Amino acid sequence: MKTTRNEKAKLSLVLSRVLAYGFIVFLCFLCLFCFILLVLMASKSNSQLQGAFSLRWGGNFLTNLKNAWNDASINIPRGMVNSFIVAMTSAVITTYFSALTAYGVHVYNFKGKNFVFTFIMAIMVIPSQVSAVGFIQLAYKFGLTNKLWLLIVPGIAAPVVFFYMKQYLESVLPLDMVEAARMDGSNEFRIFNEIVLPIMKPAVAVQMIFSFVSSWNNFFMPALLLTKEQYKTVPIMIAQLRSADYSKFDMGKVFMFILLAILPVMIVYMFLSRFIIKGVTSGSVKG
Amino acid sequence: MKKAIKHRKSVSYTKWAYIFIAPFFISYTVFTLVPQFLTIYNSFFENYRNGLQQIGPNFVGLQNYVQLLTPDKTGTVDFLKYFGNAMAMWIVGAVPQFIIALLLAVLFTSARLNLKGQGIAKTIIYMPNLIMASAFSMLIFALFSNVGPINKLLVASGVIDQAFDFLSFKIPVRTIIAFMNFIMWFGNTTIVLMAGIMGIDQSLFESANMDGANAIHVFFDITLPLLMPILTYAMITSLIGGIQMFDVPQVITNGKGTPNMTSQTVIMMLNNYLSTSKNYGMAGALSVMLFIITGILSFLVFRTLSKQYKK
Repeated sequence: MKTTRNEKAKLSLVLSRVLAYGFIVFLCFLCLFCFILLVLMASKSNSQLQGAFSLRWGGNFLTNLKNAWNDASINIPRGMVNSFIVAMTSAVITTYFSALTAYGVHVYNFKGKNFVFTFIMAIMVIPSQVSAVGFIQLAYKFGLTNKLWLLIVPGIAAPVVFFYMKQYLESVLPLDMVEAARMDGSNEFRIFNEIVLPIMKPAVAVQMIFSFVSSWNNFFMPALLLTKEQYKTVPIMIAQLRSADYSKFDMGKVFMFILLAILPVMIVYMFLSRFIIKGVTSGSVKG
Repeated sequence: MKKAIKHRKSVSYTKWAYIFIAPFFISYTVFTLVPQFLTIYNSFFENYRNGLQQIGPNFVGLQNYVQLLTPDKTGTVDFLKYFGNAMAMWIVGAVPQFIIALLLAVLFTSARLNLKGQGIAKTIIYMPNLIMASAFSMLIFALFSNVGPINKLLVASGVIDQAFDFLSFKIPVRTIIAFMNFIMWFGNTTIVLMAGIMGIDQSLFESANMDGANAIHVFFDITLPLLMPILTYAMITSLIGGIQMFDVPQVITNGKGTPNMTSQTVIMMLNNYLSTSKNYGMAGALSVMLFIITGILSFLVFRTLSKQYKK
């Protein structure tokens, strides 16, 4: 009697596992399917793409790459350089100043400390679009359209990154260490740069990646501010592809453009996925 | 003595706190707060471009708000319609997103199942969250277009006789957009909920198991109630994301909200006011409405967060 019951339990466990694995594999397939198609389609010539559907490798990958890279109307190398400049400097500025602000709120007792913290938490999820009108109006008024720095500098105030840094400091920073450094006569700014920042390295790295990615993918504001060809970032160029006369396009090239747009982030992700996934949660809500 | 020294020091350090937090607040004031006030200010003015002609700015009181909420000849209020569109597409994506994320989070954290290969699975399901939304949309557009591979495949396999124009019918367009939102976000939600489940006191699960509770009871009596704060947080932020929906419908429909404005969202409307007609007045009124709605939602998030934070 007992053995059959055990066997029954075992069978149900095996069955649940099979179902669970099947479900997970199906979802993974769903996530990968479009991107596998993308790589395949980017390997095909326009005439192959006009012809019957096939999942075979087209063999035109390098030709498409060359054509996309040297395209006359969509200057993708320029776009990638612009996007890279904006994303990289945004990542550095956002993380540095968020860490600095978090440190300021964390270690010092000052008047308004609670207000500052509450205020930043309250504005955390208000979308930037709701102040876009004033932002765009000011940008036009002061002739600041087509200035890449205007997309970078506002990153100094990043409430979500601040919140992450604050939580990180609470969990790792021993205040005696700061005290000891003070005894040695270091000034506060040096203490932050030379002692605290190195301790925060893991948090800084995670947030740099997230800021880089969100800036690389950012579409709404850049599209309103960057109107000259030489300053456009990648997402604007991708949207331009969509509005161009589609039927005349070399489709192999179009797929290659899309691939180029997402590739940098994908490469970073391939190497750092574990690290990135760990970073998803630790900032948002205390588990 | 020691206390006195400490006291003196902490006073002299105060200025550093202000120096350290100053850049944040200066930047926030210049790039968000002032523009926010300017946005509200604009909402009371008539100020737009008609061709080459600049109209206004003239003070018009609440007229922009009235116009925003007045039905047109066909009896529809565009703002409400576009808001409804975004919400419809959000909910169609969010329901499976949360159900599947909950299920996955429970499966991944189940000690009984003890599933292997979780690292790879999480890596794959989180990936779409990092993909450039506009590029992903362009990809989906290219795949589903009249001459795209999906149509070729369907015709070749005999499912349909001739190419089906997915992008000129309401239901397919909305489904595609909702599905993309689902694909882009369920991995993120899974990871957030997993962290929530792992934060629950494990002894609760153990004692439930000892009492012989089955998985469904454990889920509804322990996991779900204790996960509520995080689930609420995730849902409200997802809702705010839904209101902000822009990149995907903008690129899929080339900014036109096809067919017949059924996939037009409020942010697309804002984008049109800002890019083509430079209608700062109407854009201002629209933004203020969005500010109020997201402000209320933000307050709910804030409340959940501060409760969590105090714990």
